Amino acid sequence: MALSLVVKLPPFQVLLDEHAADLHRFLVAAVGPHDGADCFQETVVAALRAYPSLRNADNLRGWLFTIAHRKVIDLARRNARHAVPVADPPEAGHEDRDASGDDDLWAAVRRLPPKQRSAVVQRFLLDRPYAEVAATLGCSEDAARQNVRAGLQRLREEVPA
Amino acid sequence: MNRPEDSFDHAELGRDPARTDGTAPEDRTDDVDDLARTNGLAAHLAAGPRADRAELDRLVAAAIARADADDLVDVAWTVTDTPIGPLTLSATPVGVVRIAFGDEDDVLDELATQVSPRVVHLPSRLDDLRRQLDEYFAGRRDRFEVPLDKRLVKGFRARALEALAAHVGYGQTASYREVAELVGNPGATRAVGTAMATNPIPIVVPCHRVVRSGGALGNYGGGPEIKAWLLRLEGASILL
Repeated sequence: MALSLVVKLPPFQVLLDEHAADLHRFLVAAVGPHDGADCFQETVVAALRAYPSLRNADNLRGWLFTIAHRKVIDLARRNARHAVPVADPPEAGHEDRDASGDDDLWAAVRRLPPKQRSAVVQRFLLDRPYAEVAATLGCSEDAARQNVRAGLQRLREEVPA
Repeated sequence: MNRPEDSFDHAELGRDPARTDGTAPEDRTDDVDDLARTNGLAAHLAAGPRADRAELDRLVAAAIARADADDLVDVAWTVTDTPIGPLTLSATPVGVVRIAFGDEDDVLDELATQVSPRVVHLPSRLDDLRRQLDEYFAGRRDRFEVPLDKRLVKGFRARALEALAAHVGYGQTASYREVAELVGNPGATRAVGTAMATNPIPIVVPCHRVVRSGGALGNYGGGPEIKAWLLRLEGASILL
């Protein structure tokens, strides 16, 4: 019977209660407070839209992070398309000041390529294991580790300890 | 294909593209994390953006409002406080689908299974019901005027609840047998009892008005004390 394939999904509210805070933290860290708020709302709406057709309820947290990661990538592509070269960067980190402990560092994080940024934030802000970071990025665990390594090296160059 | 954000992976990944089983050598695990720990980056990053609870609640509510505008909220719920304790109210786009005594999560699990897993906190959809309940509990309302979604009850039970709602008004009571007669099946008192006990929308669909022959209260989903309280509120004559 087709019925045996139906997955028992918890109320979407449970996902929000358990994961919304970390999703929000991840997105604010990755793209800043303003874009983070937008990406967060887009993530929730996209997740709710797709939720009933999920075939597997084993890793709902991972599924939500995958959606949030895609929002980071989408935003980076949009920004790249609309980017206008400017002589002086407009007050780097200005809008980030209220939400992050270290302006220089987080400004540098947000200059990383999106995959490295996403990987670094997931690994060190949210303490996610490499296997989960890899699942979110849709790559191998080694690739996730390489993204983190490259991101860290660049951060160390840009923000001397 | 010129996707700058992917260029790193294509360049570096070629070294070991086959490894997907998570069996990376230990030294490389430590290598990457240690790099961050030794120079203090890990601690800095771990102390990054803090979630502000009020801001988060506001963002979640805004996201749910957006989802609702896209018809993505299949079940909206909220909890309201009443003189008989908290009630969990829920509605589909069709109407009120379930009222549960208390504020336990079980009812959300049931709704996720029986209606749709798209169950989220959206109090605005229940504003009318909440206002009418306030008026009812204040003794200023003797009937409810909200659309109902009756999908959780079928067949004989649905007919028994319909008959009750149509014929047994505020301040009145009926026996299980009388409701059975209203449905045209006088022998089905036990089935009427089951229909009342499993009424998904108590108070609004007034199963508290169905009592034992002779006037004893009988059972109630919210407990016999609440049944008595509701009947007293309505000024019904009851034994006890």
